[in-house]
Amino acid sequence: MKGKVIKYEQDNIDTDVILPGPYLKLHEHAELAEHAMEGMDPDFHSKVKEANIIVTGKNFGCGSSREHAPIALSASGIEAVLALSFARIFYRNSVDGAYLLPIEIDEKTYSAISEKDELEIDTNTNVIKNITKNQTYSMKPFPDLIGKIIEAGGLFKYKP
Amino acid sequence: MNITEKILARASGKDMLEPGDVIFANVDKIMLHDVSGPGVIKTFEKLEKDGVVKVDKLFDPSMVWVAEDHFVPSVDKISAENIVQLSKFTKKFGITKHFKYGLGQYGICHTLSHEEGLVSPGELYIGGDSHTNTTGALGAFACGLGHTDVAYVLLNGNLWFKVPETLYFKINGKLPEHVMAKDLILKIIGDITTEGGAGYAMQFGGNGISDMSVESRLTLTNMTTEAGAKNGIIEPDQKVFDYLSERGVTEYDAVYDDDDAQYKKTYEYDVTELEPLVAKPFSPQNVSVVQETTGIELDKSYIGSCTGAKYEDLEAVAKILKGKKVKIRTEILPAAISIYKKATENGLIQIFIDAGAVVGPPTCGACCGAHMGVLAKDEVCVSTTNRNFPGRMGHVESKTYLTSPLVAAASAVTGKLTDPRDL
Repeated sequence: MKGKVIKYEQDNIDTDVILPGPYLKLHEHAELAEHAMEGMDPDFHSKVKEANIIVTGKNFGCGSSREHAPIALSASGIEAVLALSFARIFYRNSVDGAYLLPIEIDEKTYSAISEKDELEIDTNTNVIKNITKNQTYSMKPFPDLIGKIIEAGGLFKYKP
Repeated sequence: MNITEKILARASGKDMLEPGDVIFANVDKIMLHDVSGPGVIKTFEKLEKDGVVKVDKLFDPSMVWVAEDHFVPSVDKISAENIVQLSKFTKKFGITKHFKYGLGQYGICHTLSHEEGLVSPGELYIGGDSHTNTTGALGAFACGLGHTDVAYVLLNGNLWFKVPETLYFKINGKLPEHVMAKDLILKIIGDITTEGGAGYAMQFGGNGISDMSVESRLTLTNMTTEAGAKNGIIEPDQKVFDYLSERGVTEYDAVYDDDDAQYKKTYEYDVTELEPLVAKPFSPQNVSVVQETTGIELDKSYIGSCTGAKYEDLEAVAKILKGKKVKIRTEILPAAISIYKKATENGLIQIFIDAGAVVGPPTCGACCGAHMGVLAKDEVCVSTTNRNFPGRMGHVESKTYLTSPLVAAASAVTGKLTDPRDL
């Protein structure tokens, strides 16, 4: 996949800001997209028109188990989140529901990537190419089962 | 193996497991509520429409129980419709354990899990809510998940798990008067941070735990979620067996650590000198002693949620409020109607009303910013709940200070953040 970056240079971005609690009663994906990142970035909707990758710090998606969080991001057009680390339920939800790719990167890669950079991500070779800066970085490969679930298109399509 | 590894080994039919192993394990109990339930319904609809699976029956409806807690009483037409859909779903699939708001026993899902004895020691229990970790205090592997995973378990009875490494918290000594389990778990989260437990099992033991009531232990495991843990767990003892027996549950296979159980790391806490603590905005890891923050002006005291509105939490609040008047809006929402009833019978509700507080129905309410007392811009609240991220309880520019029920009650009396020892 290929696309431009929205960068949030902070750790511990929680599900309450990704998709605030009052909207948990909503279940239509398009409706959830309208409220994505409402708790922290009023400009998210204009940014996501030209970008489909979020780059961020440690423990992304911490907090509640709401699957609404990866759904809201995915339905807004986000296809991958590159983070130093993920909260476990957000990670699981992203993979099992096949909403977006949660990709772990190292500190060096995190520092090197800037807002609006254009990236090309190859999950077969685990290489991230920064087209804007003409750099390449390695990503942490998906664990075996996770890779298979992603390949199948979500947990329900995966046959153990 | 330790207790977490042994439960996962039993559930996956293995003799031996090690941290890092990825397994498919059979699940014993499943919980969903009025947020994850409609999510499951939507997931099933989509999977059927896409021809991925046919959903004509569940793996075993008797494993499943359903709570209505986040948006009850119904906030608006959408949440009312969600409750209607949930009722149709449980009827269609023969789920009989549906705790309907305003019909018999009802309350917050994690509170019902122990109040009703729905989960037993040794079981593998999953729920469509992050604070499912709570019920691990009964000696179960209890783990929160999103609604796709819950839907998968409803159909297949099993799910993949990565066996976690365990962080062991050895608690020594008896909590001083005016200090509660909430203070201890805030202390631990302040020390290890909100990602310090990420993906781990957080196990509690030691004489400090033996000394603690089951309800206090539930406060500890409840907030392992805020440290990022996969599950919180405590080996069951006679207190747990008595607690369950009072609820008519007597048959189960309790699981304990082997003598050679391994932990990734052991932390020791002597709690005899622990002081009342507070997690300041905007993170549960932003912890200081109340003494250093006294005098912060408050608009509201909120006593509610699966974390801070169990019976003993209300008893602590009543101890402070008896014969006093609150100086700020004080909202008390018992976590289940059974707790509300007991609090009524024992005069607690009278004390709250005499003090000037409002007593609300059992609901998650403002804890998750849903309704029933959400905060306005710049409003400052002391709360017995579990999270204080920006906007968690209302406006993104409101502020929540997380404390024990004793601190929340003492602060209600003075209108400022207050150490109960100073009252």
